[in-house]
Amino acid sequence: MESNDAEGSTGLAALGLGEPPDPPGPSNPSDPPSPPGPPGPPADEGPLADEGPRRIEARLSGSDRFYRALASTGAGITLLIIVLIGVFLLLEALPAFQSAGFGFLTTQPWNPDSVPPEFGVAAMMFGTAITAIVAMLVTVPLALATAVFINEYAPRAIRAALTSLVDLMAAIPSLIFALWGLFFLVPWLQPIEGWLVAQLGGSLPFMRAVATGSSLFNAGLVIALMAIPITTSIIREVLSQAPRHECEGALALGGTRWGMITTVILPFGRTGIIGGSMLGLGRALGETIAATLILNIRFEIKPQIFETGGITVASGIAVEFFDAQELGLSALMAAGLSLFLVTIVINLLAAIVVERAKSVA
Amino acid sequence: MSTQETEKETETTTATMTTTATMPVQPAGGTLRGVGVSAWFGARRVLEGVNIDMRAGVVTALIGPSGCGKSTFLRILNRMHELVPIASLAGSVLLDGDDIYGTALPITEVRRRIGMVFQKPNPFPAMTIGDNVMAGLKLTGRKAANREQLIEESLRRAGLWNEVRNRLSAPAGGLSGGQQQRLCIARSLAVRPDVLLMDEPCSALDPTSTRRIEETIHELKDQVTIVIVTHNMQQAQRVSQHCAFFLAAEDEPGRVVEQGATEHIFGSPEDPRTADYVNGRFG
Amino acid sequence: MAATRAIEQKPAEKQDIPDKAVDAAKAAPRRRPRAWRWADIGEFAGSAASALLLTWLIFDRFLPFRIQGVAFVVAWYVLTLPIYWLVVRDGHGPVTARDRLASLLITTGAAVALSPIFLVVGYVTVRGLGVIDFSFLAETMELTGPLSEADDGGLLHSLIGTLEQLGIATLIAVPLGVLTAVYLSEISGPLARPTRLVADAMTALPSIVAGLFVYSIVVIRTGWGFSGFAGSLALTILMLPTVTIAAEQVLRVVPGSLREAALALGSPYWRSVLLVVLPTARAGLATAVILGMARVVGETAPVLLTVGGTNVLNVNPFSDYQDNIPLFVFNQIRSSKETFVERAWGGALLLLVLVLILFVLARLAGGAGPGGGRSRRRKGAAK
Repeated sequence: MESNDAEGSTGLAALGLGEPPDPPGPSNPSDPPSPPGPPGPPADEGPLADEGPRRIEARLSGSDRFYRALASTGAGITLLIIVLIGVFLLLEALPAFQSAGFGFLTTQPWNPDSVPPEFGVAAMMFGTAITAIVAMLVTVPLALATAVFINEYAPRAIRAALTSLVDLMAAIPSLIFALWGLFFLVPWLQPIEGWLVAQLGGSLPFMRAVATGSSLFNAGLVIALMAIPITTSIIREVLSQAPRHECEGALALGGTRWGMITTVILPFGRTGIIGGSMLGLGRALGETIAATLILNIRFEIKPQIFETGGITVASGIAVEFFDAQELGLSALMAAGLSLFLVTIVINLLAAIVVERAKSVA
Repeated sequence: MSTQETEKETETTTATMTTTATMPVQPAGGTLRGVGVSAWFGARRVLEGVNIDMRAGVVTALIGPSGCGKSTFLRILNRMHELVPIASLAGSVLLDGDDIYGTALPITEVRRRIGMVFQKPNPFPAMTIGDNVMAGLKLTGRKAANREQLIEESLRRAGLWNEVRNRLSAPAGGLSGGQQQRLCIARSLAVRPDVLLMDEPCSALDPTSTRRIEETIHELKDQVTIVIVTHNMQQAQRVSQHCAFFLAAEDEPGRVVEQGATEHIFGSPEDPRTADYVNGRFG
Repeated sequence: MAATRAIEQKPAEKQDIPDKAVDAAKAAPRRRPRAWRWADIGEFAGSAASALLLTWLIFDRFLPFRIQGVAFVVAWYVLTLPIYWLVVRDGHGPVTARDRLASLLITTGAAVALSPIFLVVGYVTVRGLGVIDFSFLAETMELTGPLSEADDGGLLHSLIGTLEQLGIATLIAVPLGVLTAVYLSEISGPLARPTRLVADAMTALPSIVAGLFVYSIVVIRTGWGFSGFAGSLALTILMLPTVTIAAEQVLRVVPGSLREAALALGSPYWRSVLLVVLPTARAGLATAVILGMARVVGETAPVLLTVGGTNVLNVNPFSDYQDNIPLFVFNQIRSSKETFVERAWGGALLLLVLVLILFVLARLAGGAGPGGGRSRRRKGAAK
């Protein structure tokens, strides 16, 4: 609607042919009014095309050009930041990649400043994956239930309050959740986990543990607390756009509320649920402080999820940062780059999925 | 535009205003001519070959069924048409002889000289009543010599002064729909336009407010050229002196079927389609 | 109301039938249709009670081990589900049974997901309330060693650091974010779609990556070293997408008719944005800004890598090490001394209070004045 002021350089004759509206970029609004290509009468307008549309001369004033350039710069800086992050991390990480080679992906220990250096992200990636899986297994069903509850079950009077509560939960710093997890949740869970390990450890190999508490599982649980609000609020928003008349149609046929949810709301919101969960996953992958405080730092792959000890990429960076020497820093940058690439790909995919889910409505 | 020019501009308009005040008999305002105007949205042609003269001192009404292109034509008259990215047009619109789509007139100057009142009242909610009247000057970067005087004068011309004189610093959102619409008229008048376009200005209002707006139009017609789009036949008869009937056949662009003096169009139309429409047999 | 009454009473003098009808209508009890009946609650209570009994039987009598506390409640809940399902199916058929079971599961899920917030706020308040006093806010840790009393020392240096770093980050991120939002919503040029996607993706950018990035550029490459300003830049990166997205949503709510009105008056684009669009959305924009501040005030990982951390008051954010509250909490909590851990809880409570204040401010700003996107939503919810 408001992207139309620079036709001086485009000529609406071209746009008149039903091409998608392509607002001219900020680079060329000042072009002199020269004819853009063949301005002849469009042939496909049928018998009515006795004369073609004329070009609209609309030169932007200097101040408007400045305004467009300024706002475009703002958007450009946002884009530039992401690119710069990737580029600079890569530059800093090059020495580490040269030193470690392919072993960077398969090595578990982290001794970049020893002689010879031996380091890799295998243990960190494994820990990140396990905590993220645990967090997602908790987050997705709970977030879905909460979103559906707020939209469909909660009394109308408290619906807005519950939405605010989810927003507030998203605003609480991860540090505070981490503290609470460390001092309240983990000690509270420890005997239960101990009991589970004692009962099931004999039959299930991943349930074995010598000591419980500072485990990847518990870190994942606390991380879930930070993924739940963002996932819930996105799912809730998408589900609330489900066509109301179809919902009422399902109810008018004598369907139950659950029937309406499964036949109308959930199929409608499927992409939104996936996208919201992926954004939650991005949050879970990058969470630093919870893992740093809760995990008993061990640079090794621990397949037993209740066993104390482990490491994630983000917490590894935070823990090793202050002791790192030259190659150590470079190695940390390399680890940061791999985390950055993984999360940005997941988040971009999620953003595209959510964008599509919202535009369907 | 340089500051000097701006000042000169303001002076001239003030001068025009004084003349109007002293000699109310002579109609003020500009003459607007649409010459061979056609319009497209994308590849779809919605308007073809429209020629209408809109003279000063005369209220011109554009009538016709929905979708016949009369609102599009009105929006072409002050270059609002091109706000739709896929819109284009042909022909020209002359304001006192100058093509408003030419390079001589900057687009902001065109829109300042040819004001517009929209279908739904749209006062700026973040501004007070007084600020709304002054919004046009602020938005075009002009300074008012005497703010209070201009506010009072514009509100008087729009017939709203007596209702809001004591609450000029109240938010505009508190007014009724009809008052909001007259505030929008006052806002348009404050920048001293030559022409005032009205796009179904009463369609969102109750009958009483509609009558007040019509009275306002009547009082304004000697000060500014008025072009009004309306669906209401009685309204067209009441307020206009000149009338153009638009019609679009199926899958064809809108055209002006007939135009002329209002009593002629409503009394003894030449085209049978006009007669059918004004007598309420279709549309 | 009074007028209606007067009209009603006049004809009643001649004819009292309508009046009686009115009275009868008034006497009839108001009904509020609702979807549930008392019997439904009875079914649920009965199921829960029998499940409780069954749980007790199984775990106290039949199995070789006992469970207590949480595990017992979990077992009770798990047993309630099939019993409830059977009871409802017996009475109302399988479709209703599935519906009721789903209601129960969804309500439980929402309760489990939302209860941590109450537990967290309550726990932090209890642990931190005794720590916060005037001296805690007015002293630094400069002279406080491991052997000092618990009420020695404070976080003045961290509080100052937080305020300065948050202030600088806001000063950079807000103009940039609002400009970007204006681009997305008002200009919508070719960069709009990639920018929107990147901003969405950046909301979940790992905060430690932002810290690493600023560390590599500002701290190392420019040779500036650790400083509060470096921390501000890291916070800016994290704040930018939140402000941008929230501001864009607010700008989109501004009716297009206002933009048209401004342009029809002869306004250039920039003036219509500056004088009409932004002021109309000002309440929502304030919310966007405050939400952005709330998002980063508690960030720990990026400032860990950029501001350095210190026990001494340094009011100059542009040179030398600074501290801030999250960093204070993080460093104190990792100490093994009980006195340090206590101070950490004081810092955590202060941080929580800051976040709550910002959050409430955001709600208030969103509800006040015209054009706030939230005020409309709130009105809708009240109906």
